[in-house]
Amino acid sequence: MKKSLVAAGALMALVSAPAMAQQKSVKIGFVSTFSGPTAVIGNDMRNSFELALDHLGRKMGGLPVEVIYEDDQQKPEVGMQKTQKLIESDHVDFISGYIWSNVMLAALKPAVDSKTILVDANAGPSQIAGELCSPYFFSTSWQNDQTPAAVGLYMNQKGVKNAYLLGPNYAAGKDMLAGLKATFKGQIVGEEYTRWPDQLDFSTELSNVRAAKPDAVFVFYPGAAGVQFLNQYTQLALKNQIPLYTAFTVDETTLPLQGENAIGVPGAQEWVNDLPNDTNKKFVADYKSKYKTSPSFYGAQSYDAANLINSAVVAVKGDLTKKDDMIKEMEKVDFKSVRGSYRYGNNHFPIENFYLQDVVKGPDGTLALKTAATIVKDNQDNYHDKCPMK
Amino acid sequence: MLQELSHRTMLLLVEQCLNGLQYGLLLFLLAAGLTLVFGIMDFVNLAHGSFFMLGAYFAATFAALTGSFVLGAVLALAATLVVGMAVELIAVRKLYGRDHLDHVLGTYGLILFFNELVQLVWGPAGMNLSVPPFLSGSVEILPDVYYPVYRIAIIAVALVVALLLYVVVMRTRVGMLIRAGASNREMVGALGINIQLLYTFVFGMGAALAGLAGLVQAPIQTAQIGMGENILIVALVVIIIGGIGSIRGAFIAAIFVGLVDTVGRAFLPNLFRLIMTPAAASALAPALSSMLIYVLMAVILVARPQGLFPVAGK
Repeated sequence: MKKSLVAAGALMALVSAPAMAQQKSVKIGFVSTFSGPTAVIGNDMRNSFELALDHLGRKMGGLPVEVIYEDDQQKPEVGMQKTQKLIESDHVDFISGYIWSNVMLAALKPAVDSKTILVDANAGPSQIAGELCSPYFFSTSWQNDQTPAAVGLYMNQKGVKNAYLLGPNYAAGKDMLAGLKATFKGQIVGEEYTRWPDQLDFSTELSNVRAAKPDAVFVFYPGAAGVQFLNQYTQLALKNQIPLYTAFTVDETTLPLQGENAIGVPGAQEWVNDLPNDTNKKFVADYKSKYKTSPSFYGAQSYDAANLINSAVVAVKGDLTKKDDMIKEMEKVDFKSVRGSYRYGNNHFPIENFYLQDVVKGPDGTLALKTAATIVKDNQDNYHDKCPMK
Repeated sequence: MLQELSHRTMLLLVEQCLNGLQYGLLLFLLAAGLTLVFGIMDFVNLAHGSFFMLGAYFAATFAALTGSFVLGAVLALAATLVVGMAVELIAVRKLYGRDHLDHVLGTYGLILFFNELVQLVWGPAGMNLSVPPFLSGSVEILPDVYYPVYRIAIIAVALVVALLLYVVVMRTRVGMLIRAGASNREMVGALGINIQLLYTFVFGMGAALAGLAGLVQAPIQTAQIGMGENILIVALVVIIIGGIGSIRGAFIAAIFVGLVDTVGRAFLPNLFRLIMTPAAASALAPALSSMLIYVLMAVILVARPQGLFPVAGK
């Protein structure tokens, strides 16, 4: 009799155990690049994500937060494996990070198939904004085409008549040049895709540019490639002859290496470090005092990703089984973004402003990015009507 | 109109050939050490690209410390020489007797070790090395064709090094031993030559040459972790085409590969646009131009399995 009572008690404990286990903590997987030439971007994202958790008291909805960081080595196949590992063996509740569009595209399926909510903090491939869209996917950045499209509008304002386009030969490179072509009204005199990510010497392409004598050059070269491109553009004395317009080529991770070469090279961005809202001021100031460098837009988007996740966990009071409720809450963007405010389109990509950014030299001789103007307001990507979600 | 167009295309071709020559000579600096080590010690050194990276980091560091590009470069060369010899004494020496798979595994481990070491010492952000003032700017080499002085300097330095290597290998006693070693290792040892010392010397020299390639490339690319890995693959293609162990083969193959790669990249997209839609051309051309050197290697291997200039006696 006593024995069967004990057995019954044990059975009860077993039955109630899963419900209790769910409430213990919020587990987040974070996939980014932490090795190789672009590790500096991954570090900036991790720093910002950690800072957001500091600001949240390292708790979401009363539950402690545990983050597992995984290195994708900038390779799609590695990113997919790490995503699968986080979902299948770590059983994460959320997954975030992702710099590169090709890595994001590879990692999408394991996340969506397992109904794990994924908050993409950078990559914005057109496919996910369109036919591959999913209720479990949210972006805190942009769709790839939007930023270069804003640059194209600015080039129209400047009266650029024709342009030569250069970008890396991978998913994002193709989106970026497509985005520019969607708004730029001038003629395209040349369009070249370079090997990615291993081509770092652009002498061949730059010789072709010089021979074509365009009015302007537009490039998309993120991370280390942006440093090399800009330095070579300057070394060839092209900078004084042909104005350069960029998307994701000059940011706080590359500026220390680009130095004065980046002065006078305009770009567009949805976030700049001097945006005058209180959340952003706190983010930038605390980042600088904690890490002794300036945050980049990659970091700003990661900071927002943590806060977006927090808003969902708070809304369901820590009951992470209520995925539909969390998704509904996230669609409202009920948190203060460092970019000011934004809302979500049907495809869970932001509808947001894009600013013109410039590199300026401060009174102490240090270089910094500054907002020069608002190029476009409440901009939505061009692929959202291909997404079946309403 | 047509005449003017073809004139401009000719000038562009000249400029692109210079780009190809410069890239080829850079490959030669890397391939020379690789082919000697492979030829003489029968040792596959995947970590050769790490010396390329170290050369760049050392140069950036020493140039910043001393305030002089030239002094920084000289110190960086000495430092990579020392590191190369140390690696030979500590790690590589233990692997000579083993088969090639062990070489690959061991030196792949060295790549990981050096990448992690650089990350610990210099951080993940990379390092800048500015072109010195006396080498910055461009000169007009042909009417309306400007070429950066720095890239001309790379061509000059690499040609001088190639000449020096030729003199050392063909006209000195050490060079005779190197050539003898490449042809028949056991015989050189049997004749009472201190083969261990020769190995250490050759390995160190190879490392220093890779370091030189890295340091001249640093102002163009900036020093980055893992910067030597992709170029090493191309250097391996060069030594296979040139014939393993042959400096002359490496020289000719390097320039050949540099020209084919650069001119292919420069003109294939436009050539494709003549025969297909622009969208199809811009999708196909980059893929094909990056395959070009491997196609070239395959063709040469079919025609001459030993490479263009096989070392006699092998």
